[in-house]
Amino acid sequence: MPYPKRFDGRKSDETRPIVAKVGIIPRADGSAMFQIGKTTAYAAVYGPRTLHPKWMQNPNTGVLRCEYNMLPFSGHGERVRPGGGRRAREIGMVTENALLPVLDLREYPNSVVDVYIDLPQTDAGTRCAGITAAAMALADAGFEMKDMVAAVAVGKVQDHVLADLTYDEEQNKTPEEGVADIPVAFMPLSGKLTLLQMDGEVTREDLKKALTLGKEVCKRIVDIQKAALRAKYAGGSDDE
Amino acid sequence: MMSEQKQHVLKYLAKNIRFDGRKPLDYRDVTVEYGISKSAEGSARVRIGGTEVIAGVKISIEKPYPDTPDKGNLMVNAELRPMASPKFESGPPSDQGIELARVVDRGIRESECIDVHDLVIKEGELVWSVSIDIVAVNDEGNLFDAAGLAALAALLDARMPGKNEFNKADYDKRTDEKLPLKTRPVPITVFKIGATFLVDPLSDEEENFDARLTVACKDDGSLAALQKGGEGSLTIDEIDHMVGIALERSAWLREKLGR
Amino acid sequence: MESLHMKDRDVVVPGDIVATGMGFLPSKGTYRESDKVIADRVGLLSVEGKVLKVVPLTGGYAPKIGDRVIGQVNDVLFSGWRVDLFGPYSAVLGVKDATNEFIGRGANLAEIFGLGDIVVCKLINVTSQKLIDVSLRGPGLRQLKGGRLIKVNAAKVPRIIGKDGTMVSMIKQATGINIVVGMNGMVWIDGTPEGEVVAAETIQKIQDEAHLGGLTNRIKDFLEQKTGKKVEPRAMQEGE
Repeated sequence: MPYPKRFDGRKSDETRPIVAKVGIIPRADGSAMFQIGKTTAYAAVYGPRTLHPKWMQNPNTGVLRCEYNMLPFSGHGERVRPGGGRRAREIGMVTENALLPVLDLREYPNSVVDVYIDLPQTDAGTRCAGITAAAMALADAGFEMKDMVAAVAVGKVQDHVLADLTYDEEQNKTPEEGVADIPVAFMPLSGKLTLLQMDGEVTREDLKKALTLGKEVCKRIVDIQKAALRAKYAGGSDDE
Repeated sequence: MMSEQKQHVLKYLAKNIRFDGRKPLDYRDVTVEYGISKSAEGSARVRIGGTEVIAGVKISIEKPYPDTPDKGNLMVNAELRPMASPKFESGPPSDQGIELARVVDRGIRESECIDVHDLVIKEGELVWSVSIDIVAVNDEGNLFDAAGLAALAALLDARMPGKNEFNKADYDKRTDEKLPLKTRPVPITVFKIGATFLVDPLSDEEENFDARLTVACKDDGSLAALQKGGEGSLTIDEIDHMVGIALERSAWLREKLGR
Repeated sequence: MESLHMKDRDVVVPGDIVATGMGFLPSKGTYRESDKVIADRVGLLSVEGKVLKVVPLTGGYAPKIGDRVIGQVNDVLFSGWRVDLFGPYSAVLGVKDATNEFIGRGANLAEIFGLGDIVVCKLINVTSQKLIDVSLRGPGLRQLKGGRLIKVNAAKVPRIIGKDGTMVSMIKQATGINIVVGMNGMVWIDGTPEGEVVAAETIQKIQDEAHLGGLTNRIKDFLEQKTGKKVEPRAMQEGE
């Protein structure tokens, strides 16, 4: 259908409402929740801990292992069968690649840092919400990080380059024009990108516009991540 | 040989006190929150002290099983996700997860909490299929009771989806119709450690118990399902005593549903 | 133009630009990127003249020679024991480092330390690959019998000990229990159940409020109110 204005009335560069919280899973070494619209991601970090099997160990550095998991009741339609599958495996891998550029695990050779991302409700943008939550959880666990990482899906729906597509927007293809869904992650200090995927169709010019928009939006999300981290740890100075 | 940790737990229980200062039959604070997942037809979060469990209900339209053409489908699944504890691993469900799911399943199924006959759309051809998925978020002990309560809360929260012209569930057209619930089975697990009976165990207590009994209690004080766990044995009098504790605590826990 | 963007004792998170100017010196927890000094972990900023560092508020244990840690024997070897340090790396306790007493060849080592025994020991060697040797020879190093272990965030250990052992001393005065704090985030407590419960609550409170001001006085008040005993915030006595 024609798309003069976004379904939920947002401006093109506007995300859905965001809630971020750090320290939601006390058993974990670090944890966070990131909610954007009706997509919610929990991230829990365990480690560094011993990596089995031994052949996976790296004597030079700790290994980051990310698992992405949609909970069975989190799908838009029918129940999602537990157990992941190829899609989840791939997202776990691109999540690792999105986070590794800021993370330094050389202090922990042969060990593993596990990040578990679980989504109780989803409405598009799940891998981005997962990466954003995971970055907060890793900071909460106290790892050395050169910068934060935030992710968002940008895209093209008809004439518009938009930030943070919803499921309905992703589905809003016309016979003449496809919809481009472009999840991206950025490190705000360097302005460099650590995640890029694309489904759909887009021109070279629009891709550049979309990436520029993604970079701006990620900077705003990083401010929210940092505020959530400070909210857990702030409160004044100590007495010794 | 008894581990030092177990000896230490027993030293506490001999003085009627536990690692967090509670008495044996004290329960931690319980909260129930509804509608925590907009994707599910019904959902809830239960917190018992630091333990957190969420549950979601998905409802679809399926063919009935051939041997029960006049009944809707009901399925309970539980996942001990590795986010909840360093002891849980990725991959297929562990024995522990399967036992948890089956105990909750029996409590709901055998109490006839959902009247599955009411889920029939066309006998032998189309029925509503109700799936309850329970997920541990943070495990600090007593996942059994938390899981059972979360499953029940998610069922209470559920609203039926619409039905489209192809006899499929229409998730864009949710109705206000609730699931046909007849009773509210609440499980209470009573643990025996040494000579002491206690409820709402901490992780340290779960690692050192002798026997446990999960009792799914209905509103009317009857029992819908039982599961004895652990390597220890129990006398008939002990079981009677444990059932008494469970019935008393279940009425209190049921109140926490607030609906 | 040189300027400090944050104050001493501010909570910083990864990616925070702490200062601009070549005159500032990045130390632990910060790094330089052109003329900027940037925080690379969650913690409290420490400004000492031009030296900028971050005192971590969260994090895992990084083994260092000389650290006193609590471990658990999890294997008996040919000439010693393997000791689990509750992290990614385990340690070896050699026969010659285990005791001052003579252990003859062919002695049954499992009779000296068995599986599951808890020891407070000292790190005497750590390689780059985190192979660790520990020793039980030294004041206060021994097997810990009875009692129970509490796991805390390793970054909070200095706060749980307190300045010159003030916190530990106050907990002992109030509850009369024994308490041993390992740098690896393991705390052993042993005494009456009532005393241990108060000690465990106090340790949790110190962890939760480690970053807030006036901690020592708040813990003093908390212990006095819980036990009805008068507590002195003094340094730990010899032999404690």
